[in-house]
Amino acid sequence: MVQLTLPKNSRIRTGKTWPKPEGATNIRKLSIYRWSPDDDQNPSVDTYFVDIDNCGPMVLDALIKIKNEIDPTLTFRRSCREGICGSCAMNIDGINTLACIYGMDEIKGDVKIYPLPHMPVVKDLIPDLTHFYAQHASIMPWLETKTNRPAKEWRQSVDDRKKLDGLYECVMCACCSTSCPSYWWNGDRYLGPAALLHAYRWIIDSRDEATGERLDELEDPFKLYRCHTIMNCTKTCPKGLNPAKAIAEVKKMMVERTV
Amino acid sequence: MGYLTDRKRAAGMGSAKSGTEHFWHMKLSSVALLILIPLFIFTFGTAIGEDHTYVTAYFARPLPSLIAALTLIVGFEHFKLGATVLVEDYVHGIAQKICIIGVTCLSYAAMAIGLFALAKMAF
Repeated sequence: MVQLTLPKNSRIRTGKTWPKPEGATNIRKLSIYRWSPDDDQNPSVDTYFVDIDNCGPMVLDALIKIKNEIDPTLTFRRSCREGICGSCAMNIDGINTLACIYGMDEIKGDVKIYPLPHMPVVKDLIPDLTHFYAQHASIMPWLETKTNRPAKEWRQSVDDRKKLDGLYECVMCACCSTSCPSYWWNGDRYLGPAALLHAYRWIIDSRDEATGERLDELEDPFKLYRCHTIMNCTKTCPKGLNPAKAIAEVKKMMVERTV
Repeated sequence: MGYLTDRKRAAGMGSAKSGTEHFWHMKLSSVALLILIPLFIFTFGTAIGEDHTYVTAYFARPLPSLIAALTLIVGFEHFKLGATVLVEDYVHGIAQKICIIGVTCLSYAAMAIGLFALAKMAF
């Protein structure tokens, strides 16, 4: 049966409140989830105060400022700082998004930051994405061909290339999959919106010659059909993509080759 | 279990090569119910508030009884398919199998009871 309440050792307690910056007039309060595997403590929510006048506009700017100036033990992933790498995905103000492209001015009140929901936590805001990446690898995210390799490149018409728009932009940040209740309850078997969007990206690629095999692999009550089209994935995608539509297209193809 | 590779854990036992039929039957029965439910409400509605003799005579007519019978069959078949998905979503392990058997029995039992009652009125 699905677990609807947190286990005892995951219940969140109130953490440390760090002092306000001296002399600052424009202060923003941030409540941030903390957990370390190095002690036996339950997770906590620490409170930080950031001088907004001396900080960049994005949530990631505030996190970096906290790490640099207030608490160096705060742990989170970040890299590109422009929404390309997908590293800084976290739950901000109740929404799974990328901290680097989510402005603090979009949030009313305190800024509440948690790791992506329903994933094992490595430390603080870092979720363990091992299974998520393995699921992505399982859909064979590469061009599969049987025809001998052409002398130059695999050719593709402009119209066929356009079919990949809205799919290839996915940065595998895991915001969509971790916003999906089906992925929460059955993430061990359900591939989730991100992996399925990538699967569709290769199914629909005019150069790929493994369409049948790809559909065969997806035809499963759990791998694909746990999607009930509630659209959380589409609503939360920080890149504005539509994984729910991609999944619906895969289902349509499944029916087309059956009926 | 601890020594499984990530890839093996993600692949599990592979694809079951099924699920599309279930999905397609859900869609088919949904469309059928889209037509049947208004027809059922329309035909059944005229019998509401009438006495027993009128209702029995009404459902002895072919159209109302056939619409009611089809609604019962398609409706409970749709319920069975939907409730199975619900159980698969939220219940795991052996309890899942037991619940699916329970849901299937409940659906067919309700369908049979409805059809029996209808047949009693119709004949």
